[in-house]
Formats: sequence, C-alpha cells, structure tokens
Amino acid sequence: MAGKAGVRFWRETSSRYNLAGNRCGKCGRFYMPPRPVCLSCHRESLGKMEDARLKGTGEVLSFTVVHESARNFELQSPYIMAIIRMDEGPALTAQIVDCSPQDVKIGSRVSAVFRKIGEEGKSGVIYYGYKFVLD
Amino acid sequence: MRDVAILGAGITQFGELWESSLRDLGIQAGFEAMRDARIRSDEIDALLVGNMAAGRLIDQTHIGALIADHAGLAGKGVPAVTIECADASGAAAFHHAYLSVASGLHDIVVVGGAEKMTDLPDEDVTDIMATSLDQQWEAFFGATLFADYAMVARRHMHEHGTTREQMAAVAVKNHAHGALNPKAQFQRPIKLESVLGAPAVAQPLGVLDCAPISDGAAAVVLCSADRARKISDSYIKVAASAQAGDSLALHSRGSLCGFEASRVAMEKALKLAGRSRKEIDLAEVHDVTTISEILAVEDLGFVKKGEGGRAAESGMTALGGELPVNTSGGLKARGHPLGATGIAQVIELVEQLKGNAGRRQVKDARLGLAHNVGGCGATAFVHILEAV
Repeated sequence: MAGKAGVRFWRETSSRYNLAGNRCGKCGRFYMPPRPVCLSCHRESLGKMEDARLKGTGEVLSFTVVHESARNFELQSPYIMAIIRMDEGPALTAQIVDCSPQDVKIGSRVSAVFRKIGEEGKSGVIYYGYKFVLD
Repeated sequence: MRDVAILGAGITQFGELWESSLRDLGIQAGFEAMRDARIRSDEIDALLVGNMAAGRLIDQTHIGALIADHAGLAGKGVPAVTIECADASGAAAFHHAYLSVASGLHDIVVVGGAEKMTDLPDEDVTDIMATSLDQQWEAFFGATLFADYAMVARRHMHEHGTTREQMAAVAVKNHAHGALNPKAQFQRPIKLESVLGAPAVAQPLGVLDCAPISDGAAAVVLCSADRARKISDSYIKVAASAQAGDSLALHSRGSLCGFEASRVAMEKALKLAGRSRKEIDLAEVHDVTTISEILAVEDLGFVKKGEGGRAAESGMTALGGELPVNTSGGLKARGHPLGATGIAQVIELVEQLKGNAGRRQVKDARLGLAHNVGGCGATAFVHILEAV
C-alpha cells in the first residue's frame, strides 16, 4: 500500500514529472536521476552539483517486449521497455508507447511524454512519470 | 591469511518441492554437509546463510537464526548471519565464510544458501526478482529482471551478431547436462526448435531461455587447509574468492553487452589464485538467461567479446568440449533457488574435482571456477577451487 500519503511517490515526482536531473559543476557531466556526487569527479564535486533538466529527447539503445510482466503492469502486457540514451548523456529505462513493436529499432529517435505509470489497487495512489514516443 | 578447504558438502533436490519448507530444506542440506565433513554440531564456529528474498517470498526474515535454531545450534552461542547480494547471495555467503576462516577467526564454518520460491504465484515472484534492479528507476517503470536481460540480448545481437540459435544452444546444452544430474530440477534434454518456439517472456527471450522458479538449499563446511590435511591427503582448496560491483541500474553502465563486475572479479580471482585462465578445467557460470552465459564466457575472458554465442554453438562449452560450462545443468536446468545457487555452483565443482560427478564427470578436473551474478550485473563473484 501507499504508506504515508504516498510519500515514496511524491519524493521522486520532480524527476519523474519534469525529467529533473543534475549536472556536475566541475566537469559538466549530466545525471538523471540526480546524484549527490559526480561519478567522474567524486568528492571534488560535493556541493557543486547543479539542478538541470533534460530536454526529453534521445535515442533507443535497446528494447524488449515484456510478456511476463510485474503485477502492476499485467493490464498493459505485452508492452515495450527500452533503454534510452538521452541527448544530454544519461540513459533511462522507460516504456515506449503509442506504436507497434515492429516500428521500434535500436537507434530510433524518441521523445518523453507524461503518462500514468500505474496505480495501487482501486483506492490506492495513482502514480505518473515519463514514457517515450517515437519521433 | 591462511589456506581454506572445503571439508564437506550437502545439497537438496532442486525443483518445485511443495512438501518442504525453507527450514526443512536448509536443515537437510546443512546436516548432509556436516555428515559429509564428519563434524559434530558443537564444532561449528559460525553459520552463514545466503538468502535473497525470504522476507517477501515466505514473510520470514532472520533466516540465519531460523536455520541455526532448527539445526540444534540455538543456545550454543554460535553466530548465525543471513547474507544478501540478490541472487548472488550464496556466493556472498561463501565469500564471507571463506574470509572468516582465512583470517583465523573461525576454524569451522557451515555456509549455506536456501530459497523457497514456489509458495507464491509466478507473477509475485517476477516482482520480487525485479527488486534486485533499481526499484525506483527501472522496476517502477515496468522493467523486470528478464526484461533487462532481454535488452542486453538485443543489444548483443545488434553489436556482435549473436543469433537466437546461439542463445538457444546454451539452453539445449545446459538441459543436456542437467539430464545427467540427479539433483537438477529439469533432467530432460530439449530441442533447439523447442527453445525457439517457446512462449515469450521478454523478447527475444522465451520461457526456455530463462531459469525456472525453484526451491532448494545447499551447504558446505569450510575449515583451514591445515585441518583438512590432518584428515586426508586429498582435499578441495579455495584457491581464490573475489567480488566486484557496478552500477545498480543496467542503464547507468558504459556497455549493455557485458558485465564489468564479472570481468574485474575474474581478474582479481586469477591474481589471488596465481593462476591463468587456460588452467581452468571447468566453470559453473550464472546462466539465469541464455544470454547471461554468453556474456559470462566473454566477460570471464574464456573467449573474445562477441564470440560467446559461437562457444555454445560449437560445443566448446559442452561436456567433452575444451571448457565444459555448467556441467550441473546451470541455473537453467539445475534450477535457480536464488540464494542457494552460489553454493550449488561450489558443490558442483567439489563433486567434479573429487571425481564424484558420475555421468557428467569432466576428466582429470583439477581447477574449477564458479561465477555468480546479482541481479542484472551489479554484483559478481568468482571463486576458484583446486583439487589438492
């Protein structure tokens, strides 16, 4: 169940709704989700991480069509999951929607859209986030 | 650090064991290992148990205490710990048991792995296995463990030309090996066409590309090599045990076509053992999917990156081949009770190195390697065992 008013969803809404990540103030490397420390600069980046939003565009690195899904995704099954390299550098795992699997290729250009991801039962929290559509 | 030996081993049947609980399985494997090692319970200095998910699979945490209690160790002051590294929990427990004996802190340690997975419907198990991924940034959006491996497979096919048939050859080979292992969940050969035609799990992976849902437990007894020598001239030595890690989420890695953690753990293990790859006679690797074994033989450096598919297809990794891989049947056919797998791998090596592997015996096996991965590559362990 959702726990205290669904805080575990609320906590991540900024990143999941707005693709809000961050960037190392020292080397400029982008992170999504935001990280407290740059993986290249380590402690030299502490206190120098700056908020930064992704534009929402990227390219498919790989994808699959999931038939044996997790519980919360049974009604969507089969669905397309992909790893997407965002233009700013970080990669994300997300669904690709509004197309047939035959249209998706490694290298396909995609853009983020804001969608319902799932819900926790009939009276539970509905949670939202990014999915991608083909350009 | 002193040398460590494996004094005894015990393993349950792997499979859908409806009549057995987690504690039944853990105790059965533990007592068998103790009998094999010819030790009494009052000689045990510590008990370590690898378990990934009993907290969700059977609503029971504190597995170390549970097994210790029902093994009759309660009240004797024996430390008992559960160790978790996703489905590399068994290897993690073995690693830490090894360290505790090598350090001199403990003389005799029983280390086991156990998982009871079939009490829940398959869909719940899919959810629970996905907890080894990044829950907030992979599973939240619909990724499953097999979905991650499917994306590895598709990228590997794209970059290296690996084929569906090569992947299927891994399943065919490991089922052929499993047919020779009386403890295996699946003791029947399968055909290439069956793998290719099986229902999809996450494309391109089908049901017969993926390890099954299994119950089972396995245990070994570790002691100092000095002690083992007093009992017998020939014993199994732990030549090396090493671990490496990587980003939790697959998408955070530099490459989707290999596990850096496996590569690094292998380099560390070879260095610790003072051995080269060429000296390894057989390997038990983490074939949670068919593509996983292809990655493993590449990442461990037995073949070049991109040639893992051919290694399975050509028979190089089959019994009788240049480097037999997963003679037990692997995770695919022996079964994959998450926390038990890392110990089951070690036990297959012990059987092979002692020459007790029966119809699946690798001739003159002296040096064996076990490779256990947590989740989709965030953790990898490599152990090297040697017949002395």
